[in-house]
Amino acid sequence: MNPYLQVQGLAKTFPGVAGSSELVVFDRINFEIHRGEFVCIIGHSGCGKTTILNVLAGLEQPSSGNVFMDGREVSGPSLDRGVVFQSHALMPWLTVRGNIAFAVRSKWPDWSKLQVNDHVQKFIDLVHLQGSEDKKPAQLSGGMKQRVGIARAFAIQPKMLLLDEPFGALDALTRGNIQDELVEIVQQTQQTVFMITHDVDEAILLADKIFLMSNGPHAVIAEIVENTMPRSRTRTTMHHDPQFYAIRNHLIDFLVKRAKAISSGLEPKPVHPVVVQPGILPKAA
Amino acid sequence: MLSLDRLRPLVLSLMILGLIFGMWALGTMGGSKGQVVDDEYAKLVGAAAATGQKSAFPTPGDFLSKLGGHLADPFYDRGTNDKGVGIQLAYSIARVLSGFTLAAIVAIPLGFIIGMSRTAFQALDPFIQVLKPISPLAWMPLALFTLKDSGVSAIFVIFICSIWPMLINTAFGVASVRKEWMDVARTLEVRPLRKAFQVILPAAAPTIMTGMRISIGIAWLVIVAAEMLVGGTGIGYFVWNEWNNLSISNILTAILLIGLVGMALDFIFARLQRLVTYRD
Repeated sequence: MNPYLQVQGLAKTFPGVAGSSELVVFDRINFEIHRGEFVCIIGHSGCGKTTILNVLAGLEQPSSGNVFMDGREVSGPSLDRGVVFQSHALMPWLTVRGNIAFAVRSKWPDWSKLQVNDHVQKFIDLVHLQGSEDKKPAQLSGGMKQRVGIARAFAIQPKMLLLDEPFGALDALTRGNIQDELVEIVQQTQQTVFMITHDVDEAILLADKIFLMSNGPHAVIAEIVENTMPRSRTRTTMHHDPQFYAIRNHLIDFLVKRAKAISSGLEPKPVHPVVVQPGILPKAA
Repeated sequence: MLSLDRLRPLVLSLMILGLIFGMWALGTMGGSKGQVVDDEYAKLVGAAAATGQKSAFPTPGDFLSKLGGHLADPFYDRGTNDKGVGIQLAYSIARVLSGFTLAAIVAIPLGFIIGMSRTAFQALDPFIQVLKPISPLAWMPLALFTLKDSGVSAIFVIFICSIWPMLINTAFGVASVRKEWMDVARTLEVRPLRKAFQVILPAAAPTIMTGMRISIGIAWLVIVAAEMLVGGTGIGYFVWNEWNNLSISNILTAILLIGLVGMALDFIFARLQRLVTYRD
């Protein structure tokens, strides 16, 4: 099967400030995402995760390299790729319904008011925001705002969904609830997802594959951790699975030690990420 | 029922008003009803202008009865130099609104362009910086010479003074639309015109409205002076005409009405501003 999304030799360089040499945030980024896969990317701040996501979204141009989506090169933003922003980015002058309808009308400008409304309602129901349709974002809690952001991104039924650390600003309880909802929605819609997170448990719960990024500058995707736990895992039960701690420890070890070791040359820097299954082979590294 | 919290400032306000009228009454109490200028000047200007309340500062009672007279019949028209204050105010408001509307039609689209494009901003900024601090009345001779009509010239002066706050605020509002909203619009492939009207305009509306509110305030300040220059009609002309008639009561009436109309205009724009302001 051809990969749905293919990233080849991606690099991002920022020009040096005031005489200093230019800054290579990341280079030689190669990866593939297949249709229906849920991918999480983990790495320390400054390794360029958000830049990669913005390049996939078409909001930023890479310094070199290519991104192909469903056989076509990505050159700018498109309705093919829905984005959930870290700061939810809702328009405060529109209601919940208005915000989602704005996206729906962008995708299907010829739809009647009724069609738009029906479609919007479907996605409001999906994120359990019934009863808040006519509220403005300022009247919503942080979790509800992010739900609207998710509903807006899902409502345009994109080929791929890009989430930039969407739950970073939420408290643990709200975060857990929305994670559950996201699992449910993704299973219903078979959506392909690329998501940035700092939360190791979140990545294990949600992702089929977890990309591990080394520290910048010259950051790379060092490893791809395949989540070998069954997809039926839930937040409340997954820590009883023997695989859970093997995967979790592997991720934590990477973040605590190896991300730095790879960037400082103590460990080799792979051109193509190494695929590992720490759940099955505990001593993969 | 007014609560005590709202009653207290109201009572205080009324007391201050009472104090002003009291001091005014005291200050004008001993004012002679007789001749107040010397004989020679009295001969020159005529008895009516030289004696009695017409030349002395009016008492509060004189003023209030005059004000009552104006308010009882604000729209009479007995020729060029004798029109009711209502008609004069209507002329002024019409001039302000037409000049202001023209300025909005120019300033808001232009502000959009300046706010969107750095090049446009850098190209137009020197002109704005030089033109903005010019007193609008300085344009009057130029306007009279080129437009050849005093009424149109007054409108032009209003136009030129209201354009700057609207232009600058629109440009600022448009330039500071949050990047995340623009990114949302980009990922949704929103077309430029729809982006302008459904993202940038509502996002910048509170700032634009602030500019409009400042503009209408300045326009109302300037119209009085402009009408004193061009003459003919309007509340500014009325003030100057009553100065020539030495009718202090009429001038005070006009001053009060100018204040009230200015307050009403500001109130309307404050309302509009609240209408477009969003909570974030």
